Amino acid sequence: MAVDEGLKIELGKQGVFVTTLQELYNWGRRSSVWPMNFGLACCAIEMIATTMARYDLARFGAEVFRPSPRQADMMIISGTVTKKMAPQVVRLYNQMAEPRYVIAMGACAISGGPFKQGYNVLKGIDRYIPVDVHIPGCPPRPEALLEAFMALQKKIDAQPLTGEGRPRHLDADAPGEFPVPAQGEHDLEPAANKNVWTVPVVIR
Amino acid sequence: MKTLEEIQAAIEAAVPGAGVEILPNPAPSGQHSLRLKPETAVEVAKFLRDDEELALDYLSNVTGVDWPDKEIAEKVKVTRPVTKTVEGVEQTAEETVEETRKRVEPGFLEVVYHLFSMARRHGPVVLRMRTGNRSDRVELPSLTPVWRSAEFQEREVFDLYGVVFKGHPDLRRILMWDGFKDHPMRRDYVAPDDFEYEPTPHDEVLARAQAHRATQQAAAAPQEGAGQ
Repeated sequence: MAVDEGLKIELGKQGVFVTTLQELYNWGRRSSVWPMNFGLACCAIEMIATTMARYDLARFGAEVFRPSPRQADMMIISGTVTKKMAPQVVRLYNQMAEPRYVIAMGACAISGGPFKQGYNVLKGIDRYIPVDVHIPGCPPRPEALLEAFMALQKKIDAQPLTGEGRPRHLDADAPGEFPVPAQGEHDLEPAANKNVWTVPVVIR
Repeated sequence: MKTLEEIQAAIEAAVPGAGVEILPNPAPSGQHSLRLKPETAVEVAKFLRDDEELALDYLSNVTGVDWPDKEIAEKVKVTRPVTKTVEGVEQTAEETVEETRKRVEPGFLEVVYHLFSMARRHGPVVLRMRTGNRSDRVELPSLTPVWRSAEFQEREVFDLYGVVFKGHPDLRRILMWDGFKDHPMRRDYVAPDDFEYEPTPHDEVLARAQAHRATQQAAAAPQEGAGQ
């Protein structure tokens, strides 16, 4: 149940703090997202710049880059995902605890980018793991990563805790683990996780 | 630095029967190369490295080239006897006819080494080696025992072209995974058919996306028929 904004401010003036459990819970979730210390290619340099003093990702509560997937809850896929690396990326994602989020950063991570037609580059990490925010750019500027992070925070804020559209960790039926693709004789097998990615319909 | 002809002569003097051959480069750079025979390549390489005057102690680059089978069509003038009947009398005359003959020049794999000398500050000297063919006679001697820097680059040539280096200390794939079967840099390599989603196709990609769609529809058609 949403609290009327005006009433909330009025009560706040009287020293009474009113909130809902969902608001408090989501505030907690979105304000301390710990990214994983992990970079794949040149986008990682922009990601590092974003965390440094000039752009300062710490303003959004995401300053603690954890070197272990067990302690992290956001994965920034910063760069080209090669087919040799893709199983490891999926495995690292599986090792992260819920709630966990993924930002696919840059042209390569979202689609394969300039290497899309190459034999060795995955055409987007969203073929194997669910991605929350996609950022285009080659590489995206730090501002773009901040914008993506804010978009992720808005997304977390809007999530209800029950019913349709609730986060995965509150949904007993949601998959906890995503199959790691095998490195076959000619390509990754399977070429995409059908439960996560379906061929988008191109409208012309 | 010595000219390539002088280097060739020096090699022949030091390694009798080396069989080194000069491959001319018709491009404006004119960077001609020495083609080594696989049997004597390691000896020749040791000579190039250890010779006082050449002292080619630095191997900067190893790469591969794939030369696929080439079909050559050439016009040949053939003279053959032709029997004609002129005014009831058989006459045999010689006639010259132009014929198109096709022959297949077998392909091969080539490995290219670029050498410099740090001590003498000269270079490059370009070495080449060729395999017997592209399928089963793909063995070449490794030059890693002579120049350590060849190790990873020969692994790369092995991975992407399929040249097997005899005498290499650790010949494994370096870029692709171990179970991978193809050699992606070969001219006849076909990338996996994952063209299901191409929002902006053009040229080759468009052709492959259309081919993918056709195979998908062909695979889906019998199932629809069975459903009805």
